[in-house]
Amino acid sequence: MELSSIYDLYKTMEQENILLSFKGVVTSDLLTSVLQIMESKMNYMEESPKTKKKVFNVLVECLQNLYHHIDVDAAEGTVPQREIIEAKSALFIIAKEEESFQIRTGNYIDKESAQDLADKLEKINGMDKEELKLYYQEVLNNGNQSSKGTAGLGMIDIARKSGNKLEYKFLEVNEYTHFFCLNVKID
Amino acid sequence: MENLNLEGSAKTPSITFIASEGKLELKGRSIPENSVEFYKPLNDWIDSYGKSPFSETTVDIKLEYFNTSSSKCILDLFKKLEGINGKGTAVKVNWYFEEDDEDMEEAGEDYQAIISLPFKMIEVEEI
Repeated sequence: MELSSIYDLYKTMEQENILLSFKGVVTSDLLTSVLQIMESKMNYMEESPKTKKKVFNVLVECLQNLYHHIDVDAAEGTVPQREIIEAKSALFIIAKEEESFQIRTGNYIDKESAQDLADKLEKINGMDKEELKLYYQEVLNNGNQSSKGTAGLGMIDIARKSGNKLEYKFLEVNEYTHFFCLNVKID
Repeated sequence: MENLNLEGSAKTPSITFIASEGKLELKGRSIPENSVEFYKPLNDWIDSYGKSPFSETTVDIKLEYFNTSSSKCILDLFKKLEGINGKGTAVKVNWYFEEDDEDMEEAGEDYQAIISLPFKMIEVEEI
């Protein structure tokens, strides 16, 4: 990387009003730290309690999605170590535009899971507030909880709390893998 | 039976259960990555309590926020309490939420719609 690109990167982050960004493996400790940092920042920015809670809630769900669903057990043993770490890594960015917070995440995902996720997101985006509420209640009441504690509610909750459609894109990386980009807007 | 006293942490709520008075309180934040592990002791405790409960069981939920992993565990908790309701004890739930916190208010309504326990929504200035 050229030294002057440090400045370019700085300026880009400044223009995009990025509050926090991270690329790497999402661990439990990292989550705790990021949440603490965001809480302090929002207190400092004097955001309303309502906004703080919404942003915090969406952040918890987005980051815990990254924590839980980046699963590369299948790859271990057949793929070089460095590639495994790469596969387990994610990117997230928290930005504040004039009147809204934006939480962006990026992670690798296998093709099959990508299809399931795309179907789910399309379903969620097609629902209004009332439908989302009923869908949430239905999955809450009838869904099963996995051994890792996931309940199939994360995306529904994110959509409900943000009050906006979920913006997403799947980019094809190779024949087995996609890269999932998500943008959640909270205003 | 012994009381239950779990201190809160950055990601988990404090849990206090006074058996002799039938008072259970969950307070703080519930955002652990795996809530199933966290809520297990409480579930086990309610099983024991249910064998000889106090005549009234009051459940005070005072949560600032909880993640979706916890929301499932909290539902399971309510379902367990539903199971002991009417068997030596009358269970009632008080759901606290801060003023202007529509999300927490709605979350209470989500549970109210699913479970059959008497449910009271209580708006406060600060939890």
